[in-house]
Amino acid sequence: MSSPFIEVRSLHKHFGSVKAVNDVNFSVDKGEVLGFLGPNGAGKSTTMKVITGFLPPTQGTAFVCGHDIRTDPIAAKRRFGYLPEGAPLYGDMTPEGFLDFIGRTRKMTRSARKAAIKNVVERMGLGEVLHRRIETLSKGFRRRVGLAQAILHDPDVLILDEPTDGLDPNQKHDVRELIRSMGDSKAIIISTHILEEVDAVCDRAVIIDHGRVVSDGTPLQLHARSPEFNSVALRVTEQDAGKVVEVLGALPEVAKVERKAAANGLVSLLVLPRNGQFIADMVGAAIRQNNIFVTDLHAETGKLDDVFRAVTIHSRAT
Amino acid sequence: MRVMLTIARREFVGYFITPLAYVFLVVFLVAAAVATFYFGDFLEIRQADLISFFTFHPFLLLVLMPAVGMRLWTEERRSGSIELLMTLPVTAWQAVLGKFLAAWAFAGICLLLTFPIVWTVNWLGTPDNGVIVAGYIGSFLMAGALLALTSCISALTKSQVIAFVISVVAGFILMAMGLPFVLDLFTGWAPEYIVDLIASFSFFTHFNELVSGIVAGSTIVFFVTLIGLLLLINRQIIELKKAG
Repeated sequence: MSSPFIEVRSLHKHFGSVKAVNDVNFSVDKGEVLGFLGPNGAGKSTTMKVITGFLPPTQGTAFVCGHDIRTDPIAAKRRFGYLPEGAPLYGDMTPEGFLDFIGRTRKMTRSARKAAIKNVVERMGLGEVLHRRIETLSKGFRRRVGLAQAILHDPDVLILDEPTDGLDPNQKHDVRELIRSMGDSKAIIISTHILEEVDAVCDRAVIIDHGRVVSDGTPLQLHARSPEFNSVALRVTEQDAGKVVEVLGALPEVAKVERKAAANGLVSLLVLPRNGQFIADMVGAAIRQNNIFVTDLHAETGKLDDVFRAVTIHSRAT
Repeated sequence: MRVMLTIARREFVGYFITPLAYVFLVVFLVAAAVATFYFGDFLEIRQADLISFFTFHPFLLLVLMPAVGMRLWTEERRSGSIELLMTLPVTAWQAVLGKFLAAWAFAGICLLLTFPIVWTVNWLGTPDNGVIVAGYIGSFLMAGALLALTSCISALTKSQVIAFVISVVAGFILMAMGLPFVLDLFTGWAPEYIVDLIASFSFFTHFNELVSGIVAGSTIVFFVTLIGLLLLINRQIIELKKAG
């Protein structure tokens, strides 16, 4: 049995009386991309700062590839690559000089450094800016230099704090592609508050709020917590609407039918299932049997935003 | 060791990326020359030594060393790169020492570039070059102590200006402890050994020994110990106060 690449054990981090991280537990295995979600100020960045050894934990600890970050920080730090929030860099250096510096601190030999720099420069598309000062680069390029730095030594563990924050949609796409391409061979944690990212790249999502883990599961499990999970959206004509509500409302699997909006003589309806079961086929069959004209029919997966709001607002009340 | 030198190298090269280093070098050399020839009456006293050159070094270094060291940690804090640095497989000690050595090496270059004055005095007369070397050692050690002090203080703030001002004041206090007017405050009521103790902490007391050619082990030990102590405090500050 192999131990997980990242293991966080009953981690606490207090700033004075503020419990920024409050008994957080989770682990990430090889081949797993963990999305770390939560509202601003929930403790995402603090947790990452503790895992990477930047801040000492108040209680508990984290292991990276079996190395305790408290007692064996250097060995742990060799095994991960880290992109801190906002991707801070040495602005007075060029990407080439900067990456060389990182390679040296990681005790890579000259030839290993050369090969690694060539590899990440190609991967991150840094060729054209290699000899320009970092502070003169655009935000997108700076973020890419930060990512290049994190993956330079091909670490087993990657910890990325908001890697796509402030990037344009194309750049976001590129970064997600990159993370996905590395997902099989590494254990990756990315923090984000962009929920679509969870569906795009993550195998698992942990939501924290007020320093506590309030949800831990696959994106599908997360979707399943939405009241709209497996519901069916329909658009029918004004005349048919009443009949549709009646017919579908009578099905035992259906909890209720909601009228959403009406425009141009068409009405949008949302059919909510009982206990989140799959009802699209039944709804389809009922529609056909009753010869109802529909302009749209699709199954909803449930919005992560709603789930996110539900779990984080709930924890706020308690 | 290699990691520490990597950090030192990055920091050292950093001095020369901007024109600041060159401006600084020029200011240092001009100020040293002005002090020597104008205030020190180097030519008028017609002596083949560099006493008038070294006499002003404590004041020059007091102002200029904080300028060299003020960015060491403030910049890391301001830009947030301290988070990057301290999550690399680097110990706080390696980082502190590497940065200090880079600044000290830069100070060393400043001192080395004053060599024309040595050449001049040798051309004009026959000075005791041993004394001159001792003076340089004194200046270099004092520069080191002031840089260690500045590095320590720079770890406490994000502002270079604050780091500079506080370092100058703190450096001045360390120096002034040996001046008569400070000691006068204590003589009379405090026991003599207290006065001696205060005087023995002064940069001046030790520096003047070196400048007058006395290379006492205790003086070198004083400066090296002081530097070591300040850097240990520096490391402690970094460990305790990484963020914010």
